Amino acid sequence: MSKGNSKRRADYIRPLDFKNGRIDMSHGSGGRASAQLIDELFAEAFDNDYLRQGNDQAAFDVTAGRMVMSTDAHVISPLFFPGGDIGCLSVHGTINDVAMAGARPLYLAASFVLEEGLPLADLKRIVDSMAAATREAKVSIVTGDTKVVEQGKGDGVFITTTGIGVVPSGVDVRGDRACAGDKILVSGTIGDHGVAVMALREELSFETALCSDTAALHTLVAAMVEEVPDIHCLRDPTRGGLGTTLNEFARQSGCGMVIQETVLPVRPEVSAACEFLGLDPLYAANEGKLVAICAAADADRLLAVMRKHPLGVNAAIIGEAVEDDHHFVQMKTAFGGSRIVDWLTGEQLPRIC
Amino acid sequence: MKYIDEFRDGALAQQLARAIAREVKAERRYHLMEFCGGHTHAISRYGLIDLLPPNVRMIHGPGCPVCVLPIGRIDSAIELARDHGAMVCTYADTMRVPASGGISLMKAKAQGADIRMLYSCADTLTLAQKHPDRQVVFFAIGFETTTPPTALILKQAKAQGLKNFSVFCNHVLTPPAITHLLTLAEASAEGARLDGFIGPAHVSTVIGSAAYEPFVTRFRKPVVIAGFEPLDVMQAILMLVRQLNEERAEVENEFTRAVTPAGNVKAKALMAETLALRDSFEWRGLGEMPKSALQIHPDYREFDAEVRFGLTYRKVADHKSCQCGAILRGVKTPRECKVFGTACTPDNPLGSCMVSSEGACAAYYTYGRFRDVKRGAAEEANA
Repeated sequence: MSKGNSKRRADYIRPLDFKNGRIDMSHGSGGRASAQLIDELFAEAFDNDYLRQGNDQAAFDVTAGRMVMSTDAHVISPLFFPGGDIGCLSVHGTINDVAMAGARPLYLAASFVLEEGLPLADLKRIVDSMAAATREAKVSIVTGDTKVVEQGKGDGVFITTTGIGVVPSGVDVRGDRACAGDKILVSGTIGDHGVAVMALREELSFETALCSDTAALHTLVAAMVEEVPDIHCLRDPTRGGLGTTLNEFARQSGCGMVIQETVLPVRPEVSAACEFLGLDPLYAANEGKLVAICAAADADRLLAVMRKHPLGVNAAIIGEAVEDDHHFVQMKTAFGGSRIVDWLTGEQLPRIC
Repeated sequence: MKYIDEFRDGALAQQLARAIAREVKAERRYHLMEFCGGHTHAISRYGLIDLLPPNVRMIHGPGCPVCVLPIGRIDSAIELARDHGAMVCTYADTMRVPASGGISLMKAKAQGADIRMLYSCADTLTLAQKHPDRQVVFFAIGFETTTPPTALILKQAKAQGLKNFSVFCNHVLTPPAITHLLTLAEASAEGARLDGFIGPAHVSTVIGSAAYEPFVTRFRKPVVIAGFEPLDVMQAILMLVRQLNEERAEVENEFTRAVTPAGNVKAKALMAETLALRDSFEWRGLGEMPKSALQIHPDYREFDAEVRFGLTYRKVADHKSCQCGAILRGVKTPRECKVFGTACTPDNPLGSCMVSSEGACAAYYTYGRFRDVKRGAAEEANA
């Protein structure tokens, strides 16, 4: 979006028609139509000093210490869902990936692939939502790019965001640091996003009051690392859900995990939807939750600080890491037995009867 | 969840576990088959085996819709989409069942075939109305649970006079399969030792508890019909143990909240009107079984995909290392199969038992394989 054009131009013959207009191939041509889209939409919404310079990149000073970088491509259908849309999701997703290193996110880059025919009203709604999310998170989008693909070659809009951040000294959060005896915590109810989005898919069409939990978790993480700088692992269990994240930690750290079904925070609506669809909330996506692993001695303090934060009020200690050469994640069921919480196989598909 | 959590109560489970432990006779073993995949899933998912005494052995039966679907039938479904350009619609798990040549419906879809996953078969009618220029085929599979909905859409399609809709019928029947297993068990070494059955939940709501009387009388094996919740299963096991101890062989109904002796009379009438018995049908792992499946009724012939597209059935042998047949008959356990967990995993299933989480192998792999490790460690300690 920063290709060449610096100041907001007043010399376009007609302003963009945000009411009835649509994206066409000229918006990706690099010519005047591209410039107008950047000026009147992206630059206007994301406005900051870096974008105003109109360069193809953002140049900024680097602070001392360890930096982290992460990127995430966002594709979601439908583009708008209860509790959010692809715009705020693309901001939260990358802020969270950066924050899960214990880092403070600094800047974002955003890249748009737009499908010919996309209503400008939809694009504006998405871009405004991104802008609101960046303002709320106090993290700026400092560079970006826009491309247009022919109709039928995209799903409305794909957004890739890249973020960088800086890790406070003394913090060393990695997926391979879980040790036997460590406690496992989650920041709130699981599966909300996955079920809220699934309810909108045309082949299902059941009604629910559930909202996506999409949120930027960096201020929660900041509070957590301040209280317990030695958090061993952090991750946001997005696609694949809690079950997948725990398996990733177990494999990276070379240990096993045991969690307790009775203490898992799950909303009744999520349980009910999963029940009749034949799905498991453990594998449903989250966009505003995190899993933390820390030494047992730190767990109660970490839980207390999480519960004080608005995004962690339902936080819970759900289990612990154990020695296990097979790296199994096991769950003590509410029924009194044990079972494996395995890697998800392919897509999560419902059972037949 | 109201009316669900009550049937998953951990404290009640412990009480039932103690009652079972009290009643089992130390000197005998109890070989109980849960026929239905829904029970297999519940047993695995809730870790129910941990609550049973060691001399109660649960054998996973063939009542998993995708597990008993033979390769040749999946091949035909793929042929419909690929060679006849039809839009083939089916239920979820069916998408991953391995067919010939290392393909599945899901892989055929990735190669461009128009194959769609549905939650309700009624959506097929909507698709047929929406796409009048396309042939829309419902690939119908499953036991008596999924059959009435298929019957209903056949009737609706006829009423609407749809010309571009048909059903590829693969519905199978529960009682003939149980009879077959018991005949094998009685007749030869091919069969497993079976002392009693947990009867299916949803199937029984349709066919009714009376449907089990004939083979209970003939083979003198008790059947307890049970719901799919874990407490239902525990209660059914207790009831079976009691019958066996008292040398009774009766049909008992634990699932009285949903199952009556006559079943769902309306659904049965609808099935009788639109579907008819097949002379013979191949079951994966169990082979050809007479009068064990349904086809489209002659009055509804115009909606029979096999007739419309002139499908001819080609029998295809299972992978030679695959033990699904012996596992479905209860002769072998998943762990006794050489390819279990090595060449055959849920991500890359060779056999159909590894596909659905209702399948014996997939359920064991996904939820229970840590028990092998415990067992291995115990054996080492004893050695």
